[in-house]
Amino acid sequence: MLDNPWMSVGKPEPRIDAVEKAAGTVRYTADYTAPGLLHAKLATSTKAHAKIKSIDVTEAWKIPGVRAIVTGKMFPFHIGPILADRPPLAFEKVRYFGEPLAIVVADHEYQAKQAAGLIKVEYEPLPVVNSVREAFQSNAPLIHENSGQYIKIISNVYPVQGTNIGSHIKIRKGDIITAWENCDYKVKETYSFNLSDHVALEPRCTLVEINPAGKVVVHSTTQSPFTIKKVLNQFFNIEVGNIIVHVPLIGGAFGGKGTVQLEPLAYLASKAVGGKMVKLEYDREEDLITAPGHIGLEATIALGTNKSGKLLAAQYTYLIDSGAYTDQAAGITRAMALDCTGPYDIANVWCDSYCMYTNHPYATSFRGYAHPELTFAVERTMDQLAKRLNFDPVELRKINAIKPGNSSPTRTMLNANNIGDVVQCIDRAKELIGWDENSLRKKTTDGKVRTKGISTFWKTSTTATNAQSGAILKFEADGSVNLNCAAIELGQGTKTILAQMVAERLKMDINKVHVTMEVNTQTDPHQWRTVASSTTFLAGRAVMNAADDAISQLKRTAATALQCSMEDLEVGGGRVYLKSSPEYGVKIEDIALGYKYPNGHAVEGQVVGHGRYIQRHLTPMDKDTGFGKPGPWWSVGTQAVEVEWDPKDCTYTILKAVTVLDGGKIINPMTAVQQMRGGMYLGLSFASQEAFLFDSHGTVLNPQLRTYQIMRFGEQPADYIVDFIQTPAADGPYGARGIGEYGVIGMAGALANALSRAAEVELNHLPLIPERIWKTRKEMQK
Amino acid sequence: MITNGTSKTVVKLHVNGETRDVMIRSADTLLQTLREQLGLTAAKRACQNGDCGACTVLVNGEPTHSCLSLSIESVDQHITTIEGFNNSFIQQEFVDKWAIQCGFCTPGFILNCYALANKHPNADDATIEEWMQSNLCRCTGYQEIKEAVKSVLQKHAGGSVS
Amino acid sequence: MIPFDFDYYRPDSISEAVQIYETLAKQSKKVLFYSGGTEFITFSRINQLYADAVIDLKGIPECNTLEMQGEQIVIGAAVSLNKITESNLFPLLGQTIKKIADHTSRNKITIGGNLHSRLIYRESVLPLLVAEAEVRLAGSEGETTVQLEEIFNQQLSTSPGQFLVQIIVPKTYTDSPFASFKKTKMSKVGYPIVSIAAILKNKQIRAALSGVCEYPFRSVEIEAALNDSSLSIEEKIEKAVTLLPSQIIDDIQASSDYREFVLKNTLHETMEALGAAHG
Ligand SMILES: Cc1cc2nc3c(=O)[nH]c(=O)nc-3n(C[C@H](O)[C@H](O)[C@H](O)COP(=O)(O)OP(=O)(O)OC[C@H]3O[C@@H](n4cnc5c(N)ncnc54)[C@H](O)[C@@H]3O)c2cc1C
Ligand code: FES
Ligand code: FES
Repeated sequence: MLDNPWMSVGKPEPRIDAVEKAAGTVRYTADYTAPGLLHAKLATSTKAHAKIKSIDVTEAWKIPGVRAIVTGKMFPFHIGPILADRPPLAFEKVRYFGEPLAIVVADHEYQAKQAAGLIKVEYEPLPVVNSVREAFQSNAPLIHENSGQYIKIISNVYPVQGTNIGSHIKIRKGDIITAWENCDYKVKETYSFNLSDHVALEPRCTLVEINPAGKVVVHSTTQSPFTIKKVLNQFFNIEVGNIIVHVPLIGGAFGGKGTVQLEPLAYLASKAVGGKMVKLEYDREEDLITAPGHIGLEATIALGTNKSGKLLAAQYTYLIDSGAYTDQAAGITRAMALDCTGPYDIANVWCDSYCMYTNHPYATSFRGYAHPELTFAVERTMDQLAKRLNFDPVELRKINAIKPGNSSPTRTMLNANNIGDVVQCIDRAKELIGWDENSLRKKTTDGKVRTKGISTFWKTSTTATNAQSGAILKFEADGSVNLNCAAIELGQGTKTILAQMVAERLKMDINKVHVTMEVNTQTDPHQWRTVASSTTFLAGRAVMNAADDAISQLKRTAATALQCSMEDLEVGGGRVYLKSSPEYGVKIEDIALGYKYPNGHAVEGQVVGHGRYIQRHLTPMDKDTGFGKPGPWWSVGTQAVEVEWDPKDCTYTILKAVTVLDGGKIINPMTAVQQMRGGMYLGLSFASQEAFLFDSHGTVLNPQLRTYQIMRFGEQPADYIVDFIQTPAADGPYGARGIGEYGVIGMAGALANALSRAAEVELNHLPLIPERIWKTRKEMQK
Repeated sequence: MITNGTSKTVVKLHVNGETRDVMIRSADTLLQTLREQLGLTAAKRACQNGDCGACTVLVNGEPTHSCLSLSIESVDQHITTIEGFNNSFIQQEFVDKWAIQCGFCTPGFILNCYALANKHPNADDATIEEWMQSNLCRCTGYQEIKEAVKSVLQKHAGGSVS
Repeated sequence: MIPFDFDYYRPDSISEAVQIYETLAKQSKKVLFYSGGTEFITFSRINQLYADAVIDLKGIPECNTLEMQGEQIVIGAAVSLNKITESNLFPLLGQTIKKIADHTSRNKITIGGNLHSRLIYRESVLPLLVAEAEVRLAGSEGETTVQLEEIFNQQLSTSPGQFLVQIIVPKTYTDSPFASFKKTKMSKVGYPIVSIAAILKNKQIRAALSGVCEYPFRSVEIEAALNDSSLSIEEKIEKAVTLLPSQIIDDIQASSDYREFVLKNTLHETMEALGAAHG
């Protein structure tokens, strides 16, 4: 076969969005304005749990420029992506500090803000449920009195009426009781961390108008434009076809923009002012606590092995702090169960994953969707088990690594296509971090301690069983091609990757592929969402399908032009030519808009390729046992960190972080490395310092970036090392699997393992601020 | 003396080498005025609290959080936003070094880097860190940004930044 | 975004500023001085501060002084933290304020604003306390120059309408060996758990602390303990910690236990840096 000079897949093609972003000319949602635009601002709850006795808007109405004030009474219904348990505006009671209570619409944002500050709410305080532990008690105050009556939007969510359990997912595999008795070594430990936040640099923002013909036009910072349509249709009775959602480029999302919160509020606001366009732009404080964040967790894990370290039985209890509403935390509860073991082969598994209501800000998906969280707990347990067994932690992981022929906790059979190579990842990571089992704890000459920690992980993408994507390729008169696809550019480089696939398939110069960066639900084909590392896979398959369609159209037109049969033709290099004599052919530009005979007659018309892809053979999980096939494949990986810890004051620096991922074929090695490093950073920042802090009333004490700190420049590892094992996924486009979320997953576990080794205590709670390490050591010394 | 009452007033701002009329409240921050009146939206509103650096502009060449300045304070100052740059090699360096993902932090980083290169062309790592710590990025993990800044400083030594 | 409206004045002279204040005060307006404005803006936007009018002191030439005048260093109240650090006129001050906020913010934050900050830290006061600085104030009663110590009790106590014009530091203090440390919860950019500025003068340590108690302070009792040559370094520190002017704070930055631990470490580090650890 000849070399393909237009090969693009596997090459570090420059990102197609970078130049404009460097110029500062990219328009994000909040950058849009329009004449006559009105502004909305929220009044939010100052109590975490209270009855609303009254809302007095008299003073607020006195502010000049105020055009409307909307309160919960005007829409006393519940919405939600999985369980409809959340009123867009609180009515009757508030359930978290920062919950939306009222919307003020005014000519200017400052007027709306001024007025919102004047809305007086009278509360009757209710006892606050301030942790999952408290929420789980049988006599706990109820946050939702009638959770059993909420509408289920997705069938497998199981709220337990009369408790704070928003959902309960079970895994019952094998015979845990007998197996546990037969174990020679056992550990059981508890882990925890508070809710935290995504902190995408771009705060959430939306603009909504209802035009006189009844069309609802939404502009939003969303990962899920088609879900917005669904929500507005389901809960507000607007015809799906009458809802148009525009999504420009997004300034980071990390899962936080996957759910729908602002758009219904702005819709209600617009409706209150006769459909005029209303903008709702969150301040950082609102983005942190009013908008949904990242779950908290309390996990208890019991692992048992035989003498040679083979895991025989495992039991997991996950109490997920979903905050006041289940939102995506109900799905995370499911994801946490179905991958509960981490990438280990265990025959007997029992898992109870609970989605717990508390009076905390509510949680939604976060990059990794349950996996960074469960992996932290699992990998800490593996290290403690290794200690108990006196095994090298790496060896213990290799002995138990899951592989083709084994089955997952939901009893999906694994084969070479649907799971990557765990052992190879471990070996490569071990090499890259310089793992030396004989000296895992080294003292430096200046009295510090250097240690390493390792963590392995896996993740399947639990999309909807009918998750899908579509793509359209429209040719221009110059032979270049426009790609329309509703995959959203969040910074992950998805549009570049899709352009590469088009270029590769059509064997054309990538500069001739014009990708429509913005998404418009009216002109773009349906796309499930841009989440769950599923976009390269779903949209990639759709794009390839569209390219194939375009190729056959090109060949058909060319066959007329060249007076031959389609089968004789090949597309490449901007031409369609005869396979047997490539010099004989026609330029795409001459047939892109149809072929014109010398006499002026024309045939065929514009080449418009379309393609689509839908998940196949996914099944939901069984309510009692968890049996099912929830995702198409598992990407696996190993991560490691090296830290230097100072015993004098318990401070530390992260010297090195390693990721080895089996992500299938890597379409663009540079965007892939970008994604990994970004994920590692996010994981390390979360693990080392991020968490909301609550007082006894459930008030968030750090609702600003001043006090909710994220890792700054210079605090990142001095060295990020990323490598890929590329076991192709037969189903994936060019053998690619998803990689978007993976960099984050193992970092908390690796960091906690390294620091536990350094400080010689078990660090089972996050975040790992020096004070926590100091305190854990002090308690141990008692 | 400069005064501005509670009603809106027209004042002149010197932005990117042009003098522009804007109508402001005393309470309007420079960030608001740049974005809402001059359409210079590359200065981002991400915290309005001095914590993130996304709103960074140059005031008389010094990096400044435009969310921490009133517009009225800025009337006789020289303001530069990234829209005033024209494909500078700094911008290219950020592109070439893969220092851009979502791009929301990018204008702030580039302006800060520009000011750093002008003031400390031979900045050591500690100085680079001190300056760049003013800007948050949630996507990249900072490594590529660090490489871009270092490369800018290296190439800049002796030459002009823009 | 600041929700309320206010009048903005930027006078060109001290007398003009005094006059504006008096006029506005007579109209019972709530007036605030405005310097870097960072605190005014960030507190106002979350409704924790209100003013009918602000008087920006940046237009007053005296407030922008930054120079050596004879045997004194004179620093205008409206000079930004970065300018002070860059001038290197008083290295201990330069190093201490270099740890406040972040570099870009320090182009805007002024020393006058920091000294009057509503936050409990006011870290720029620490070097001034150990260097026995004087402050020049202006108000309706005219101008006075007083010892900082005289009017600094937990915070600067000035009468209504009085504002800080300049800070005057005797040059002799700039030659003393010094140390400055700031410890935070995690990130370098952040509020202090412990912040210390210290000098060695006539072989005696002088130290001021912020972040430990509800306010910054210098304590002669603590200094006496640290300078007590009959004690070992550990004993000095143990004793010093018992002499704090009030309880160690316990908040989201750190628990009081941990603060105490960090304080002891920091005192140790400070003594070592000043070569006083074994003296
Ligand atoms: C990102 C960030 C991080 C921060 N971190 C720290 C930190 O680590 N440590 C710390 O100590 N502080 C910190 N701060 C607080 C910061 O120090 C204050 O915002 C700053 O001190 C205020 O200075 P300014 O010049 O902007 O004051 P302004 O906002 O102008 O004024 C502050 C107060 O001082 C009064 N005032 C100002 N000048 C005078 C004067 N000449 N005479 C009388 N009254 C006057 C004003 O009326 C006002 O009440 C931080 C601030 C920011 C924005
Ligand atoms: S928006 Fe100005 S620093 Fe964040
Ligand atoms: S690239 Fe997204 S915040 Fe920096």
